[in-house]
Amino acid sequence: MLVFILRRLAQSALALLIMSVLVFVGVFAIGNPIDILINPQADQAEIARATAALGLDQPLWVQYWDFLKHALGGDLGRSFSHNVPAVQLIFERMPATVELALAAMLIAIVLGIPLGLVAGMKPDSWFGKSIMAGSILGFSLPTFWVGLMLIMVFSVFLGWLPSTGRGHTTLLLGVPVSFLNWDGLLHLLMPALNLALFKLSLLIRLTRAGTREAMLQDYVKFARAKGLPLRRIVLVHVLKNILIPIVTVIGLEFGSVIAFSIVTETIFAWPGMGKLLIDSINVLDRPVIVAYVLIIVCLFVVINLAVDLLYSALDPRVRLSGTPA
Amino acid sequence: MLALLAFTGTAASAAELKIALSADITSLDPHFLAAQPNINIGWHVFDALTRVDARAMLTPGIATAWRAVDATTWEFKLRKGVRFHDGSELTAEDVAFSLERPLAITGSPGGFAVYVRPIVAKTIVDPYTIRLKTAAPYGALPQDLNSVLIVSKKAAANATSEEFNNGRAMIGSGPYRFVRFARGDRVELARFDGHWEAPAAWDKVTFRLLPTDPARTAALLAGDVDVIENVPTADLARLRGNPNFRLAQAVSWRTIFFHLDQYRARSPHVTDKAGKPLAANPFMDARVRRAISKAINRQALAERVMEGAAVPAANVVSPQIFGHNAELKAEAYDPDGAKKLLAEAGYPDGFGLTVAAPNNRYINDDQVAQTVAQMLSRIGIRSRVETLPLSVYLTKARDQQFSFAMLGWGSYSADLALRSLVATVNPAQGYGAWNWARYSNPRLDRLIEQALATLDEKKREAIAREAGTLAASDVAIIPLYHQIATWAMKKNIAYNARTDEFTLAHEFRPQ
Repeated sequence: MLVFILRRLAQSALALLIMSVLVFVGVFAIGNPIDILINPQADQAEIARATAALGLDQPLWVQYWDFLKHALGGDLGRSFSHNVPAVQLIFERMPATVELALAAMLIAIVLGIPLGLVAGMKPDSWFGKSIMAGSILGFSLPTFWVGLMLIMVFSVFLGWLPSTGRGHTTLLLGVPVSFLNWDGLLHLLMPALNLALFKLSLLIRLTRAGTREAMLQDYVKFARAKGLPLRRIVLVHVLKNILIPIVTVIGLEFGSVIAFSIVTETIFAWPGMGKLLIDSINVLDRPVIVAYVLIIVCLFVVINLAVDLLYSALDPRVRLSGTPA
Repeated sequence: MLALLAFTGTAASAAELKIALSADITSLDPHFLAAQPNINIGWHVFDALTRVDARAMLTPGIATAWRAVDATTWEFKLRKGVRFHDGSELTAEDVAFSLERPLAITGSPGGFAVYVRPIVAKTIVDPYTIRLKTAAPYGALPQDLNSVLIVSKKAAANATSEEFNNGRAMIGSGPYRFVRFARGDRVELARFDGHWEAPAAWDKVTFRLLPTDPARTAALLAGDVDVIENVPTADLARLRGNPNFRLAQAVSWRTIFFHLDQYRARSPHVTDKAGKPLAANPFMDARVRRAISKAINRQALAERVMEGAAVPAANVVSPQIFGHNAELKAEAYDPDGAKKLLAEAGYPDGFGLTVAAPNNRYINDDQVAQTVAQMLSRIGIRSRVETLPLSVYLTKARDQQFSFAMLGWGSYSADLALRSLVATVNPAQGYGAWNWARYSNPRLDRLIEQALATLDEKKREAIAREAGTLAASDVAIIPLYHQIATWAMKKNIAYNARTDEFTLAHEFRPQ
């Protein structure tokens, strides 16, 4: 187990190093942030001063070396446009994104697994068929469009929900969260639903496929023959056996929900990390872009590790060993 | 009478104003980054020595009067009894400190140093008088200083940007006090009752950050905000037809134009029709430049592509701006005349060209570039279009990788705009920093120099106007149009739309 975790950590460090080089070179290839950030009235001397102030007058490898030296000390640099440490900037925005992602995953799980079970057990009923039809829509409609439609229907025409932004926040263990009060919940509902839609469809289809397969297995037949109630067969025998692929997907998708909530955050003006990343890319705020990517890589590493540990808890046949999977 | 009652009802509840801004606020430090949304908040919390009104006219701010004592010395008389939000009085000490700070701030990528660098010495004559000495005569100083906000020396000495963002150093003398900044989400302000002007109408102001166009319009329609800035052109007609809302429009200070490469004998994106390099650069010939100008139907651009949110341009600066020449008329659409000029210049069959433009900066910028390319193709200049995100575009443009490139410019005066855009590139003098075309005309340079060194406002404007006229007659750039800035708001609110595109809560009135 320990060897397994250590090996994982070494692989992650290498991934982080490669990512930082890629982002550094990538941003450098796109353009010079000074050209965007500079005061238009600035003359050449001022442009040169500003370039030097951000260290952008140095050759790329010198800039990268400086970054690396500071990064080893935990300092990923200061944002060019915000003038605060990039890591602080991202952690300031992280609670909003994590909250949105958790709410979306919660909606996807709470609705997706039961609906998938129903659709899997009664695949030919009208109810099962309409669940599947709905999941196809959820897959194929673009998030951007669905988000705007949600706003048009629920905010502009019906006036039930606030159109954009994050509601009132309260502190939970020192972290500002918005789901603990009514105003915050109202603001959270639409973006969370928008972000959940794709994952919801995915979980429905996955659960349905698993259920259909499991229902034909001998152990289910045996349980039936024993005269166990359907409730117990589904919740204990079927669900437990189809849970491994579902947990994997939930784990992987949770990472991607956090990393790619950008579209939803942009439409709903949700002050999360995704919106920060888009704004930073637009002005080539390199420290923020690099820090963001590195943090997301770390996040995926942690989630994957958690998923692996969860496997062995769910299925005693899975043993974590030092050999790579 | 009923209507009147209805309005008083809304006015009482309208003591809070919610405004949606269209771009992100990165820092509240008023001297860190000169980006429009940051400055927009700064102008609520702080004052400057001078001010510009909605029509871009220079008016008194903290300074009640200013005059040139001699050729290189400006004297500013300060308003007495101006209070900061912490109750202390604003004096010349604070002014001197605030004019130092833009130079002292570290790690600033595009701050306000450019406005204070001409000042070589400051003398505090008494608490209400300050003299500023410049190395050479500089007439634009009072205008430049409207951009440098006055902070409290006591609160801002040694303050970091973080301390401005959390409010500790955010002590100004402006009409609104800082309440809260939630990054990426909102800024909340409260009225400062001790301000020297008539009190603003709103007790509380919330700026929401809604950069996505449809979401901004939806927030207004849903009643989540009272005002939005930068109304997307696609929503103009819809909002105009809705009786619950009102639009406020003004010709903005932003002029959209094309730079055309005028220094390289062979320009990379000007070719013959087969894509081979031409023997000479056709843009060196003023007749070709004029032909291009005649080939562009500015009226159609303004009415169709911009859906009415533009007026055709002949000047570098827009009509309200210092140094605009109203007698210059936008070049009329004349494709036949254009072809004739091309033939005279030796290009009867035209040539090939790539039109470059950003695709995420100005209103409908990529569509405008497409349309211009088609208009040029009609007179035989076979044009293709290359549009890029601003971050890529600007770097390429500064690197001189384009031959025909779009740029938008907003400035408070013609001489300052001309200095950056068409003055001969001269780093030592600070001229031509944005002259991508490397246009050079010694006569124009002399006029710009002369205008900027003239301290008398009337004389300076006359020379600036002459310089602008010369640039236009030589077709130094191809002006397209001046953008129209649009705000949309609830019916019971009114705004005197500002030429400089700022969205100032204290200038909104309940109606």
